[in-house]
Amino acid sequence: MLPEYGQFALILALLLAFACASLPLYGVLAGHKGFQQSAKPLTWGMFFFLLVGFAILVHAFMVDDFSVRLVASHSSTLLPWYYKFSATWGNHEGSMLLWILMLAGWAAAVSHYARSLSLDLKAAVLSVMAMIAVAFLLFLLMTSNPFDRILPIQPPDGADLNPLLQDIGLILHPPTLYMGYVGFSVAFAFAIGALITGRFDAAWARWARPWTNVAWAFLTIGIALGSWWAYYELGWGGWWFWDPVENASFMPWLIGTALIHSQAVTEKRNMFKSWTLLLAIMAFSFSLLGTFLVRSGVLTSVHAFAVDPERGVFILMILLATIGGSLLLYAMRASQIRVAGEYQLLSRESFLLFNNILLVVITFMVLLGTLFPLIFDAFGWRKISVGPPYYNLMFNFFMVFLLSLLAVGQLLRWKKHDGANLVSLLKVGIPVAVVAGLVLPLVFGDGFHWQVWLGLALVFWLVAGLIRSIYERVKNSSTPLKSLMRAGGGYWGMWLAHLGVAITTVGVVLVSNYDIERDFRMGPGDSVQMGRYEFQFLGVEPVDGPNYQSDFGYIQVFKNGTAIAMLNPEKRFYHVQRSGMTEAGIQSGFLRDLYASLAEPMEESRQVWAVRLQIKPFVRWIWLGAIFMSIGAVVAVLDKRYFKAARGGQ
Amino acid sequence: MNPKRKQRLMLVLLGTCGVAVTVLLVLFALGQNMNFFYSPSDIARGEAPFDRQIRAGGMVREGSVLRDPTSLRVSFVVTDFVEDVTVEYEGILPDLFREGDGVVAIGRLNGDGIVRASEVLARHDETYMPVEIADALERAGYDSSKYDY
Repeated sequence: MLPEYGQFALILALLLAFACASLPLYGVLAGHKGFQQSAKPLTWGMFFFLLVGFAILVHAFMVDDFSVRLVASHSSTLLPWYYKFSATWGNHEGSMLLWILMLAGWAAAVSHYARSLSLDLKAAVLSVMAMIAVAFLLFLLMTSNPFDRILPIQPPDGADLNPLLQDIGLILHPPTLYMGYVGFSVAFAFAIGALITGRFDAAWARWARPWTNVAWAFLTIGIALGSWWAYYELGWGGWWFWDPVENASFMPWLIGTALIHSQAVTEKRNMFKSWTLLLAIMAFSFSLLGTFLVRSGVLTSVHAFAVDPERGVFILMILLATIGGSLLLYAMRASQIRVAGEYQLLSRESFLLFNNILLVVITFMVLLGTLFPLIFDAFGWRKISVGPPYYNLMFNFFMVFLLSLLAVGQLLRWKKHDGANLVSLLKVGIPVAVVAGLVLPLVFGDGFHWQVWLGLALVFWLVAGLIRSIYERVKNSSTPLKSLMRAGGGYWGMWLAHLGVAITTVGVVLVSNYDIERDFRMGPGDSVQMGRYEFQFLGVEPVDGPNYQSDFGYIQVFKNGTAIAMLNPEKRFYHVQRSGMTEAGIQSGFLRDLYASLAEPMEESRQVWAVRLQIKPFVRWIWLGAIFMSIGAVVAVLDKRYFKAARGGQ
Repeated sequence: MNPKRKQRLMLVLLGTCGVAVTVLLVLFALGQNMNFFYSPSDIARGEAPFDRQIRAGGMVREGSVLRDPTSLRVSFVVTDFVEDVTVEYEGILPDLFREGDGVVAIGRLNGDGIVRASEVLARHDETYMPVEIADALERAGYDSSKYDY
């Protein structure tokens, strides 16, 4: 019976969402306070019933209720409990339910924290979020019901979870990523709410900004987790593939990054308002586009999508209605926005504008590469794929400009900056960056690459800007430490996030140019030299896991004759799914990872193997930088002024 | 023209040039890095270019996989049951590479009609057949659903 209650809870949530999408909105349009006040209880009711529905689905997975089709096809009795738990969202239906649950969670959080937000704007915001919830609940109930039953005869055991998903990365990655994706719905709802109520003042931006930051922080961590998961779990040491699914999450991130920066201008200077609204609409539209690309099957093939179009067409309609509706509203209302204020070329405003232009251009570059194969497929032309070289070339090209400008931009004053003030930075910073970028790799690295030189020079240039910005804070102060403390969350958030950009760039540049990857045929006792390390293959022994069998390898790594690491790559075979898995053996370090994977046995006795060995310098820095960026975004939210605003002050 | 208008005109012109250059650059890079797919029949008809990277795919012919006993060099025949093409590769083959299954080789075609692959892709999991291959088989006159696992 329980699964039926679950479905019933989802239907109730749909009804409440429908009420919340219409009644408060009517209240706003008719100026009726009572209807506006209904937004909060309706939002919480919707959140509650979605939580109940989700809990029941989790329960079905935990107790192996194989009469539920979803459980039967994505779990098994052999699965450890934590993977049963994460299997709840390791599939289409469950992950969509999680998506909606998070949307309702964000809406509930808005209604809770935005206590002093004006009633009509709050009602409009919650109403817009409820509209999105209605659309996706309809999608879930009509095309992908998670509580579908296999009756009357239920299978004795499930088909098991895809071995790739049986991993800690997959417990954490989707919820974090979705928190980010869905979190942009708040910025979107604030934008639409502003267009409906006509409130585009700086106070509005102050309200919307923290939510965008938090969503962006989640998305950053979500993408980094995905990259980290791909790195160790896919078994071959790649950390970014420009795969369409990755691009689907990267595009909202890029637009979200632009949005964060343009919101700063809107809050501080009451400018860029229509641009900020447009970016908020775009950020959420790209989130929806990502959901469409991943969930509709269109990536496998446009034809596969055409054969079973139900789900895809539904999301496509949601996507088009959202984009079309919001742009229409924007077109009708944006002209009412008053623009005031001027700024010069050398000012924070114009550099933030450059940031926005570059980020939007990068986004459309990625979009073009992602959609091109689909267009070719749809027209029945020769099938193509767009290779990583396209993305790498274009992305790096634009990033050179972005990083060069970033170092200066973070130092500039609003309106007008005195150019003489920058001369010393240019005179010292540029030569130091150019020389340090040249010398460091020659001292510590393995040979000269101009890409490393350029990349590291940009990093040092960025760091020079960061140091200079601290110097500016303390130079006229008699109590330097105090004035740094007083700089506030906004400043330190920016500083940390930009430091994160520098750290990630170091990781990307060094691992892309200095990683060593070689394939060997190795038997017990064989050893090979790679860089400064010697890898000795000790052998392979069979080991049994809970739901798989494994060839468990031992590879000893020596540096200057002393043993420094033991790598244990595995080749697993999962019984229920009848599929193999390569588990990498990794010894991670701050400055480099040692990485080994077993490819395949070369003879019957399974003792001689094809082995891939890799040395990955600074690879951890890629994700470390992402952590810094997210911390920065959160620190910025902790700025005192937002709490003042929450208490009703301006 | 007054100086303010002149300045504005310059900005607009600069902006337009910037956009045009960016678009051209992106399209050029895209054109350089698009890999077209060719089936063995396409290659036999001489449709595939020699001077750029291609994707060649079909089924791995049973018994055609030859491994070098001392290195990771391997060669195999890819077929769409009408025409064959030989693929040479050195390195690690994907987990799901099997004789009789679908495969896509990314590499260059040389004058002898052999594809020297820099990367070999197999299907992602047990149930899904790469669409490109299904399409290639259909074009060769075979019902790909018969080979759907």
